[in-house]
Amino acid sequence: MNFPILSTIIFLPLLGSFFIFLSKNEEQSKSSIYVSLFTSIANFLLSLFLWFSFDVNTEKFQFVEESNWISGLIKFKLGVDGISILFIVLTAFITPICIISCINSVKSRVKEFLIAILVLETFMIGVFCSLDLVIFYLFFEAGLIPMFLIIGVWGGPKRVYSAFKFFLYTLLGSVLMLIAIISIFWITGTTDITQIYEIKIPREFQYILWLAFFSSFAVKMPMWPVHTWLPDAHVEAPTAGSVILAAILLKMAGYGFLRFSIPLFPVASEYFIPLIYSLSIIAIIYTSLVALMQEDMKKLIAYSSVAHMGYVTLGIFTFNQQGIEGSIYQMISHGLISAALFLCVGVLYDRLHSRMISSYGGVVNHLPKYSFIFIIFVLAGLGLPGTSGFIGEFLVLVGVFQKNYLVAILASIGVILGAAYMLWLAKRVVFGEVKNPKISNLKDLNLAEGSILSILAICVIFFGFYPEPLINTMSVSVNNLINNYQVDLIYHLTSSK
Amino acid sequence: MMDNINILFPEIFLSLSILSALMIGVFVKNSYEIVTKLTYVILILTAFIIFNSGAGKVEYFSDSFIKNPFVDFIKILILLSTIAVLNMSQSFIRNNKISKFEYPIIIMLSILGMFFMLSSNDLIIFYLGLELQSLSLYILAAIDRDNIRSTESGIKYFVLSALSSGLLLYGCSLLYGFTGSINFEIISSELNSNNTGAIFAMVFILVGLAFKISAVPFHMWTPDVYEGSPTSITSFFSVVPKVVGIAVLIRFMMSPFKNIILEWQTIIIFISISSMILGAVAAIGQSNIKRLMAYSSIGHIGYALAGIATGTLSGYSSTIVYMIIYVVMNIGAFGCIFLMKKEGKYVEGINELSGIALLIILFSLAGIPPLAGFFAKFYIFMTVIENEMYMLAIIGLLTTVVSAYYYLKVIKIIYFDDLKTPLDLIKNINITGTIFISCIILISFFLYPSYLNNIINAIFLNQ
Repeated sequence: MNFPILSTIIFLPLLGSFFIFLSKNEEQSKSSIYVSLFTSIANFLLSLFLWFSFDVNTEKFQFVEESNWISGLIKFKLGVDGISILFIVLTAFITPICIISCINSVKSRVKEFLIAILVLETFMIGVFCSLDLVIFYLFFEAGLIPMFLIIGVWGGPKRVYSAFKFFLYTLLGSVLMLIAIISIFWITGTTDITQIYEIKIPREFQYILWLAFFSSFAVKMPMWPVHTWLPDAHVEAPTAGSVILAAILLKMAGYGFLRFSIPLFPVASEYFIPLIYSLSIIAIIYTSLVALMQEDMKKLIAYSSVAHMGYVTLGIFTFNQQGIEGSIYQMISHGLISAALFLCVGVLYDRLHSRMISSYGGVVNHLPKYSFIFIIFVLAGLGLPGTSGFIGEFLVLVGVFQKNYLVAILASIGVILGAAYMLWLAKRVVFGEVKNPKISNLKDLNLAEGSILSILAICVIFFGFYPEPLINTMSVSVNNLINNYQVDLIYHLTSSK
Repeated sequence: MMDNINILFPEIFLSLSILSALMIGVFVKNSYEIVTKLTYVILILTAFIIFNSGAGKVEYFSDSFIKNPFVDFIKILILLSTIAVLNMSQSFIRNNKISKFEYPIIIMLSILGMFFMLSSNDLIIFYLGLELQSLSLYILAAIDRDNIRSTESGIKYFVLSALSSGLLLYGCSLLYGFTGSINFEIISSELNSNNTGAIFAMVFILVGLAFKISAVPFHMWTPDVYEGSPTSITSFFSVVPKVVGIAVLIRFMMSPFKNIILEWQTIIIFISISSMILGAVAAIGQSNIKRLMAYSSIGHIGYALAGIATGTLSGYSSTIVYMIIYVVMNIGAFGCIFLMKKEGKYVEGINELSGIALLIILFSLAGIPPLAGFFAKFYIFMTVIENEMYMLAIIGLLTTVVSAYYYLKVIKIIYFDDLKTPLDLIKNINITGTIFISCIILISFFLYPSYLNNIINAIFLNQ
């Protein structure tokens, strides 16, 4: 197939944003909304087409595109395998949802907001498609610009502080990765990862390079103790910004671990397992406890994201089929569930302009449809069987049990804590007496909100009962990842003696 | 002899044109307009002559001048950036009543000085060119005679710069004393690590040059001069003399100081690191955009010096790429400053900016991909890490995070805060056109990032 479908998926949103940029300023920004919806939905259909024409039986990179970029040294190389394709579809799926959600919630500078979202989509898909470290870094960092503006321009009262914190934390982590990338270039002579997989980076360099990559991914993930930017960014970002942040930006780090840290530095990955496990366990238990104490709904969900990402890192570093598949599944399902939860909070916030749990209570009496959907996502968030959240957590725990009992037991405590804060949230917001008289005047979900939330709910339940499409897509690639990892490990451990 | 004159034709043409422009300026009334138009023509013609003067390396006038692709390239770069700066500062010059016909003429004189500096292959010609350039720049800083701050900045610049020129001259004479020649090639073959006196001389010369490019610890004049001079002059200062200073430094490293790399490398690494740190940290507290640009330019010079510090051809070429992108970004940034006008007056406080172009330029200055500023830094750190100078790379990249903070602060003021009184809407095609071109270059650079690099590499290989 010669049609450059990956480039099309990457650059179509950019083209759309360019058209919006050229369009005239108008009161309602109707045409901008139509253009952005059209481009993002077209992009989603393209990504679905990509998924259907994807061959699940080979571990090789597919749809590979290559063109000269920096004087023959660095190539603009794109390609997908069973892991990255899921994230591309997720990104393309979440973006139109964000655009629909912002019709109600964004009041000023709608045109600029849509441009930022579409540009961000380009960068996010670029991250998941790139097969070259420099290209990856380019897209990874470039995503900071639109996200910084989304938080800073359309955010809440403390937006400036949050935007700066987000930007500087992530930048600080990433510059170390840039040094590592350039060092890899001089060690191996290339930044094309498929070639580096073959060349194998010498063992003595791996530890320091792994740490440099880790510094970037740990901030982005976010892992304890560098997670503090996330609650701030989530609380102040507009709903669509929170959705993208939780659903996709956080997944870049998990993807980065799978694509770069493990295959490039197997010895170091093995060596640093205790570090990852302890940080993940602290993240799961500590942030779950913190989430219990939150007064602010967005902050609660943000802390729950940190805890869920703890499962992801745990699962990735089990290096067995169940663990890694579970963490990928957890990332996808968290992408859907946290997106939906932030949308649900956004729905209430648009009506009452408060994110405080104490301003609500007894919402079910006046917003029955909303409450029904909200409860679905709360249950999915705590990992109830029958929702996609369960499968991810379950697989991760199965993987961890094979590796280390203690860690698995501690991680299981997190499941209980997760149920506690999620159910308590539902109890305080949805059920109980109506304390705030304003609630009785609230309108239930409108068509746009109802439809996007129902689509998400259907996906969450569908993938909860039938995980096969996702598992099937990723299993060959995951298997290949683990095999290569073990082969590399043996190679390095024997050759260095 | 006639061949020599042919090769010197750009300089001869420029000096004759300056003299005739001076005549026109003296004898025609209200001659600013006509002299400015003439200046454009002269600069473009000079660039054209240099462009057509053929490639290859030639030395002439008993080896005291040199002509090679590198020098020609820098000369054309100077001419083009001068044209851009002059073009966008016209409305500012007229509104601030500094439209004296001497203005463009002195700029041309300083360019003539720079040409001699770049082409010099011996110490005397070098010093002559340097002085012609510096004297012109002092006058330019004080061109707004009736403004006390402009005059003050001219005096300040003159006193400090004269001191540094003195040090440089002292270094030159020491170098002559210890090597017995003023010719770069002979000096280069005479110099070695055992020649302690000559290394002493090298330090003095480096101090003089570091002053001209405002590298830490010889940067003290920069914020004051940038702030005090008229903005049109500041934009010229922040672009053209910097490029020339870096290019001359590279010429020195490649020719007379070629054999004492280890000695000067330590010094360059030190001033590079200190410039990066000071440029990043000191700019945070600034509330005047011109002072902020001064500190930002100090920081950028630090990154450019990091490329020179490697002492390799690829390092030098990445430095030149860096300087070209720096020129484009700075021209765009000053274009935006020219657009900042409130109730008929130009404003400098950084809570009074606006514009999407400035957004792009600031993110590029901060070095965030996919804008050109990122690639500039990327090439620099490629060569730095290639030479295993990890400390320099780590400090350099960490300071980019610090400096990102103050660029973001400006962005915050433009986009996140509500303006109390809106800025005047200026429609000036000269300025907006220049900004537009610089933004297009910055955005589209990532499509083919090695284009510039290939050209510069070819130039260095043809030396």
